[in-house]
Amino acid sequence: MDTFNNILEYIGLFFVLLGSIFLFLGALGIYRMPDLYNRLQAGTKASTLGAMSVVLGVGLMQPGWLIKLIVIILFIGISNPLSSHALARASYKSGIRPFFKKKVDDYEAEDTHGRASDEESIN
Amino acid sequence: MSRKNFSISRYLYTFFIVFLIWYAFTTSLQPAEIITGIILSLVVAYITVVNFDCCDPILIMPSHIIYFIQYFFVFLVALVKANFDVARRVINPKLPINPGIVSFETKLKNNFAKMVLANSITLTPGTLTIDVIGNKFYIHWIDVTTKNKDEIYKEIAEPFEKVLLKIYRSHN
Amino acid sequence: MNIIIYTAIVLISIGSFLAFMRFVKGPTAADRAIALDTLSVIGIAGLVLLGYLFQRYIYIDLALVYAVLGFIGIIVIARYIEKAL
Repeated sequence: MDTFNNILEYIGLFFVLLGSIFLFLGALGIYRMPDLYNRLQAGTKASTLGAMSVVLGVGLMQPGWLIKLIVIILFIGISNPLSSHALARASYKSGIRPFFKKKVDDYEAEDTHGRASDEESIN
Repeated sequence: MSRKNFSISRYLYTFFIVFLIWYAFTTSLQPAEIITGIILSLVVAYITVVNFDCCDPILIMPSHIIYFIQYFFVFLVALVKANFDVARRVINPKLPINPGIVSFETKLKNNFAKMVLANSITLTPGTLTIDVIGNKFYIHWIDVTTKNKDEIYKEIAEPFEKVLLKIYRSHN
Repeated sequence: MNIIIYTAIVLISIGSFLAFMRFVKGPTAADRAIALDTLSVIGIAGLVLLGYLFQRYIYIDLALVYAVLGFIGIIVIARYIEKAL
């Protein structure tokens, strides 16, 4: 039983270290990327898995807390992509255009309605 | 606000979901917590029942459980791949990116399935769902390799949609 | 044993500093909102880790409440940017 707990603790430490590395890389991505949408890409993915992995690691090291920690993991997994999607749509509709090397933009056609109403409100 | 689609069964279903969320967040069986949760859930369910149309209950067959497990593993592999992909791009001093916004059409009809697909796409390598209008998905892609609609669909959505279509086949 | 947890806390601290730099620099309000989102996720992981280090269960509840409030805050900011900016 004691060795089993020891093994769980080592696995937990591994997850904690891995998660903190991903959190660091996500923050580095937020800092380095050239425009808003790419920052969102780096930030969402890396920070979601990073936080999930840190929380899971703590759960393995402290099995009594596991239920609540799983609730946190599920909540992060559902809420993080939702909030990044809301931010991406909001910033596109407020007029921030992505950075392109070669322009590929299918969404532009859908946005004309929003821009027309903006111009009306300015006049 | 019209209360047109109000019905007792919908109200009870909403109450059940809201109370489940309360219980997940408190995880305690003390009478005071349970009673507070029931009262609050009744009030919140009464306010939100007219707007709560995303998650209609579906019939879950025993055979679906295999698909849920399969989806979970497909998703987990994609999530881990996505993270190494982001790490590779961020560490590289030249920032190898070629972003663009592409679109594809989904075969799913159920709103909840569309939400699951959109969230999964956001968490997979190099793609971010910007908007869903009807059955059209608009995706910000960090490294656009093709403009062909079929190849875009195959590249981004196919692994997830294959499994989701099996679960939601009878609800299409 | 504890050296790994301290390493993790140092990495998380550097990460939150980088996200904070983007929060200060970010040319638009949406950039700042993204930095805030990442900061709050890093904060959740940090709270859980500190809870383990100090052996206090209350930090887990704190992290859960922080997660819920951060999510609602980001949604409100996104609605505001969409309509009013």
